[in-house]
Amino acid sequence: MKDILLKVENLHASIGDKEILKGINLEVRRGEVHAIMGPNGSGKSTLSSVLAGNPAFTVTEGSATFHGLNLLDLAPENRSHEGLFLSFQYPIEIPGVSMVNFMRAAVNAKRKYFNEPAMSATDFLKMMRQKRAVVELDNKLASRSVNEGFSGGEKKRNEIFQMAVLEPQLSILDETDSGLDIDALRIVSSGVNKLKTEENATIVITHYQRLLDYIKPDFVHVLYKGRIVKTGGPELALELEEKGYDWIKEEIDNKF
Amino acid sequence: MSNSLEQYLNLYRDLSATVDQGSAPALNRLRGEAFDVLSGTRLPNRSDEGFEKTSIDDMFAPDFGLNISRINIPVDLAASFRCDVPNLSTLMGVVANDKFIPTDTLLRNLPEGVTVMSLTKAAIERPDEIAQAYGSVAPITNPGVALNTLFAQDGVYIRIGRGVRIDKPIQIVNIFSSATPLMAARRVLIVAEEDSQANILFCDHSRNDGSKYLSSQVVEIILHRGAAVQYFDIEESSADTSRYCQMFVDQHEASSFKSNSSTLLNGSTRNEFNVNINGQHCSTGLYGMAIASNKQHIDNSSNVVHCAPRSTSNQLFKYVLDDNASGAFEGNIEVTPNAPFTEAYQSNNNIIASTDARMYTKPQLLIYNDEVKCSHGATTGQLNAEALFYMQARGIPQAEARTMLMQAFMIDVINTVTLESLRDRLRHLVEKRFDNTLACPTCKGC
Ligand SMILES: Nc1ncnc2c1ncn2[C@@H]1O[C@H](COP(=O)(O)OP(=O)(O)OP(=O)(O)O)[C@@H](O)[C@H]1O
Ligand SMILES: [Mg+2]
Repeated sequence: MKDILLKVENLHASIGDKEILKGINLEVRRGEVHAIMGPNGSGKSTLSSVLAGNPAFTVTEGSATFHGLNLLDLAPENRSHEGLFLSFQYPIEIPGVSMVNFMRAAVNAKRKYFNEPAMSATDFLKMMRQKRAVVELDNKLASRSVNEGFSGGEKKRNEIFQMAVLEPQLSILDETDSGLDIDALRIVSSGVNKLKTEENATIVITHYQRLLDYIKPDFVHVLYKGRIVKTGGPELALELEEKGYDWIKEEIDNKF
Repeated sequence: MSNSLEQYLNLYRDLSATVDQGSAPALNRLRGEAFDVLSGTRLPNRSDEGFEKTSIDDMFAPDFGLNISRINIPVDLAASFRCDVPNLSTLMGVVANDKFIPTDTLLRNLPEGVTVMSLTKAAIERPDEIAQAYGSVAPITNPGVALNTLFAQDGVYIRIGRGVRIDKPIQIVNIFSSATPLMAARRVLIVAEEDSQANILFCDHSRNDGSKYLSSQVVEIILHRGAAVQYFDIEESSADTSRYCQMFVDQHEASSFKSNSSTLLNGSTRNEFNVNINGQHCSTGLYGMAIASNKQHIDNSSNVVHCAPRSTSNQLFKYVLDDNASGAFEGNIEVTPNAPFTEAYQSNNNIIASTDARMYTKPQLLIYNDEVKCSHGATTGQLNAEALFYMQARGIPQAEARTMLMQAFMIDVINTVTLESLRDRLRHLVEKRFDNTLACPTCKGC
């Protein structure tokens, strides 16, 4: 078996006085694909935000270890440098910051973190071109401000483009499929598959089985009311698609 | 309450002959009247409307020296030329403290129909021309103007002849350099004749860190019919520099005036922009960018008066305030009964980047007829936390992400500069400013 890349234990997190994550346990090994599903508002995005270090949330209990590092101790930028990537459910528009400057700052910050010199302008532009090809991202978008005026689908493509540039060890894709048309879904998921290796891992958050037809999960988890309440293989996603969440909700709500 | 004018009035009483001697009759002509005005008034302080956050009285209270005897103060001009705008060749003159010094290139390359010279020299060589324009736009009843008029012995005279359009920007470098505290009464007179066109760039620098400086600057600009002037002003002075700059603009029919003022480094600054639109089909743009940290104080005050129909004015002022910095903006638009079909817009947007920075804003509209389109608005907020997290999540360190967001916030003001080389230059300066690598006293890399 491969090494453990991410180990989350009894993770609790709140926003203000409201506890949203109520004891998450999750273990992800290199080479694995995990799918997280669950009803709206169950805490999927919160989990990904907390792992990425969003200061809006407070961790009140538990731990997260990322290839041996105490993840929760790291600043968000260092989590990124160490190989964590979050594809946002709602990518942020940043008017006035060009895509190029944004990516250059990201790439060079990572190089600096590993004591490498900044990338030359030529090499950088060459890399941008190559990585854009992974998700067939229009060149026009690259010259605009970050996500500004991008369509919903273009924003998602842009996320995977950034993932391609940063070459993370663990990618968390938060509803990357929502807003994508059928062709884009194929392009984006094949992009994700191209970036897949034996050494990295992916957590896919989705509501739909159809994404999992493209990105095949090894494990499927159901997150409900801030806990992972069920874990299974790919067949669990099919079952959920067919039956919805009511049967799980009932099971859980009766238990607690 | 103390009256800071006392020392200036005494000084003038004692040395009026010396003041006149160091100047020219066309400028001396108004000193008596200025003296009378000042004898019956005081400089505005914070109890006066429009000066709530900046006391001019306090600014002028310390005992700065004035170089009335025109003693030659050595100024390292070579250093100021490093402030030249790369990739932008300009026609450059220097105002060393309060003395105009042309550069050789300026003297050699001035196109036909363009005057850029010492105001005093012009007053001697072309007395009628100066007498007609000098003091015709800036009201001497205004205490700041009166004080400037009382002591201004030299200045800059720019005249663009009828129909002359110059591509090359005219650049004036205001430079303070003195081992002892110094006040400079700077005066600028710009006349753009009919259908002329020019870009004029001012930049303020202070040398000898630690010397206290006070600049009193009055700028008069007359745009005749169809003239187009873009006026740029970049202050990169020092924490020990106070600046009181009053601009008065008189726009005639179909003229277009754009002012773009950036305060990047300073101590305490009060800029006043007064534009009277006296003809139809004029366009006016007042744009300002204020970046302040430490204890910098920046106060911009605008007053656009529409006196004729069918003209458009636009104002946009943006501030980023960090540390203990303070900012103030007061914007006035007045649309007189004679100015139907006016379009006038104003907005002021600010970012407070620290818990101790303070912003005071007061947008005002006075509309005296119904046929107008006007709007004004002000916002003050913090850096977008979501954008900050998004950038950090991509590996951009927080400090750098903040800098990038502040820079981005200023982009629309920077983009109002249509001269590409200057726009690039300004963008670069702003970037350096946010990086804290913009340090003027040595002019390194600026
Ligand atoms: N900034 C916030 N302030 C207050 N409550 C929040 C905030 N962010 C999330 N929540 C709440 O936390 C809960 C979990 O939200 P989260 O976005 O993690 O759900 P989700 O599982 O990703 O849902 P979806 O499937 O709709 O994306 C919800 O009840 C939501 O309203
Ligand atoms: Mg979500």
